[in-house]
Amino acid sequence: MSDTFEPVIIGFTCNWCSYRAADLAGTARVKYPPNVRLIRLMCSGRLDPTFVLHALANGADAVMITGCHPGECHYIEQNYKALRRFLLLRRTLAGMGIEPQRVQLVWASAAEGARLAEEIARIVEEVRALGPLHWPTSTDLYGKPFSEEEAFSVTKETSAPAEVNA
Amino acid sequence: MSNRFIPLEPMQPRERIGVYVCHCGSNIAGTVDVAEVRDWAEKRLAHRGVVVARDYKFMCSSLGQELIAKDIKEQGLTRVVVAACSPHLHEQTFRKACQMAGLNPYLCELVSIREQVSWVHTDKHAATDKAKAILSGGVERVMRHTPLEPLHVPIHPATLVVGGGIAGIQAALEIADAGFPVYLVEREPSIGGHMAQFDKTFPTLDCAACILTPRMVSAGNHPNITLLTWSEVTRVDGYVGNFTVTIRKKARYVKEELCTGCGVCQEKCPKRVVDEQYEAGLGFRKACYIPFPQAVPKYPVIDTENCVFFAKGTCKACQKFCPTNAIDYDQKDEYLSVQVGNIILATGYDLFDARRVSQYGYGRLANVFTSLEFERLSNSAGPTNGNIVLRDGVTTPKTVGIIHCVGSRDRNFNNYCSAICCMQSLKFAHLVKERTGATVYNFYIDIRTTAKAYDEFYQRVLEEGTLFVRGKVAEVTDAARKPGEEGKIIIQVEDTLVGKQRRIPVDMVILANGLEPRRDAKEVAKIFGISCSADGWLIEKHPKLDPVATMTEGIYIAGCATGPKDIPSTVAQGAAAAASVLGRIQQGEIALEPVRASVLEERCSGCRICNNLCPFNAITFHEDRMVTSINAALCQGCGTCVAACPAGAITGTAFSNEQIIGQIEGLLMRNLETAPVGAGQA
Repeated sequence: MSDTFEPVIIGFTCNWCSYRAADLAGTARVKYPPNVRLIRLMCSGRLDPTFVLHALANGADAVMITGCHPGECHYIEQNYKALRRFLLLRRTLAGMGIEPQRVQLVWASAAEGARLAEEIARIVEEVRALGPLHWPTSTDLYGKPFSEEEAFSVTKETSAPAEVNA
Repeated sequence: MSNRFIPLEPMQPRERIGVYVCHCGSNIAGTVDVAEVRDWAEKRLAHRGVVVARDYKFMCSSLGQELIAKDIKEQGLTRVVVAACSPHLHEQTFRKACQMAGLNPYLCELVSIREQVSWVHTDKHAATDKAKAILSGGVERVMRHTPLEPLHVPIHPATLVVGGGIAGIQAALEIADAGFPVYLVEREPSIGGHMAQFDKTFPTLDCAACILTPRMVSAGNHPNITLLTWSEVTRVDGYVGNFTVTIRKKARYVKEELCTGCGVCQEKCPKRVVDEQYEAGLGFRKACYIPFPQAVPKYPVIDTENCVFFAKGTCKACQKFCPTNAIDYDQKDEYLSVQVGNIILATGYDLFDARRVSQYGYGRLANVFTSLEFERLSNSAGPTNGNIVLRDGVTTPKTVGIIHCVGSRDRNFNNYCSAICCMQSLKFAHLVKERTGATVYNFYIDIRTTAKAYDEFYQRVLEEGTLFVRGKVAEVTDAARKPGEEGKIIIQVEDTLVGKQRRIPVDMVILANGLEPRRDAKEVAKIFGISCSADGWLIEKHPKLDPVATMTEGIYIAGCATGPKDIPSTVAQGAAAAASVLGRIQQGEIALEPVRASVLEERCSGCRICNNLCPFNAITFHEDRMVTSINAALCQGCGTCVAACPAGAITGTAFSNEQIIGQIEGLLMRNLETAPVGAGQA
């Protein structure tokens, strides 16, 4: 193990803005830390809070949610719905003892490759300062590999807050 | 409830997955250990169904594609993962390759290890690890894919062209000549755009009006073109093939069906107003006016801000003299709704406001002119009948300084090159020389004369004896310091070729102010659902290979709205956008990504949480059955309702919960047979 803690962060991107911002960061060769792994959704509105919980429960130290700037949503207004879910989710996670910096929301337009890279760098540093997230994972509880039934039983525990959010 | 979390599938793989890792020359292989990623996928992901993993120099080449096709046929692959560039670049390429080999194209997943890994990271070890994680995410996602068929929607044959400059006119004429209807919308009273204001056009020096006005007339008379001037698009609904566009037709206070364009109203109107628009503030127009003699259409507009009748309730001169009773002071704005299949945006540019470079004195020193002012000054139809004179209207300048790159290539204003100012300045130099015999200085950073016959024109201007000083002008001032400077404008500049500070007294300064995006480019982009670059120009789908399409299907862009360009390139883009639209119309229908949401009615509890979430009104609740359903024709596939459904009754094709959860687990390396301690940090 190296001396510094390297967090693993899952990033959710919107197909129309932030994913393209990530593409632009690439084309412009803007450098940022390799700790973020991106998932492409069609819209930040597609982000089920369950995805965030699932990522945190399965080894991610933080989750970055990205979308179009308010007023610029490709689907008119769905990023506002993502914003509502984000705020509620953050509050729920705080109630569970998760630091708010572990779930962050970033608006980035298709032109903001450099900005997205800066935000990623900032989030990585913040999460590095927080240290690893120790949430019991299904493998911790049941050993590995886990069977379908076992996974389902874990599901019920962790899915409870998601129901509140949905 | 349990379907909210989808566990990893049982260990026995159901699919036969092929993994293909691209080197992209050294673009990927330079930072990612491609061979290691391949070996790793072959070994560590074998239990997830990976039966073959290969790497290749250029996966997108025909040889690379054949490699995949061969494996699909010989190894019976049921899923393909390509780790290469962004799906926005080559997703279609690899999907087509799979389709040719008999695999449903939606069973192929392209994961980006170039834009998201090799181009943005430098540490080879970390980059290779991240590439593995991304690949693993792709494998977990693709095994949950289902075969899909693209959606086919019909294309309405009509097209909307926004902006009646040369780009919009060209596009409209091309489509109309091919036999399809066009709505050409222009917000000014006449089409023609900036080009109608110019005098000569470089490098051939044809008169702009001579080449433009015949096109304007053709556009005005064309049976397939509906010309809507003094109009603006206020709203766009629908999607490619079937847009409903709301257009506000502003009140002209002139009945178009009665007006003959005789111009008596303009003649009799007593109110004279400085013409800031067409004459760039150098000339006058009336309150009831036709912007310029060759305007298309010829109908005048009453400017209510300056009209005496609208201010005081008396006058009505235009109405009294109109021979056809066409003046109507009670006219109201009209809202039209039109159906179109495709839209071309050719909204043009604004000129950089030269006042912002305060040290150049524009607005303070009378004889500092902008490029557009000079165009009007040198135009034989302009306010001085083409006489190049100082602001007093009589004195011919003996020395003229032309300053390049005003507001362009300047960190304080715009970083980009405005592309046209070098040639425009050379044209000005030639015209000044030809008409006045004055001494002309060009102050430049670099001379950029890159298109056909441009450099020849530069050579010609050099031979004519125009002087060139290489250096960015520091200041333009009227404060004389030395004899010979009194009453002159002094240009202070460092001549970088000589390495000396120089003060050059001149009579007239012309600022080659650059091009800027339209002030309202952002709002326009929002109406049409496209985006602007950081500078504010409309963004093309691909800067090189798809320069007139946008990320939004059915919306095309052309001309200076996408960035500064000269007239030939603008016309080329107008024609290119028209060609793209015509291709679509000819096909009659378009295949769309089958990304849509649908409701499993037996699982829907009728809670109605999703009902208010859809901005496209695709969700309907059936009171009789107490269930919700989604209209696939209206659904745009954002997935907000899928995320909201507490019963998991709504599924989104191509972005299902299973696929996304699978990808998350893959990215976190939860799928490895022996997950390392602290999984996810592999």
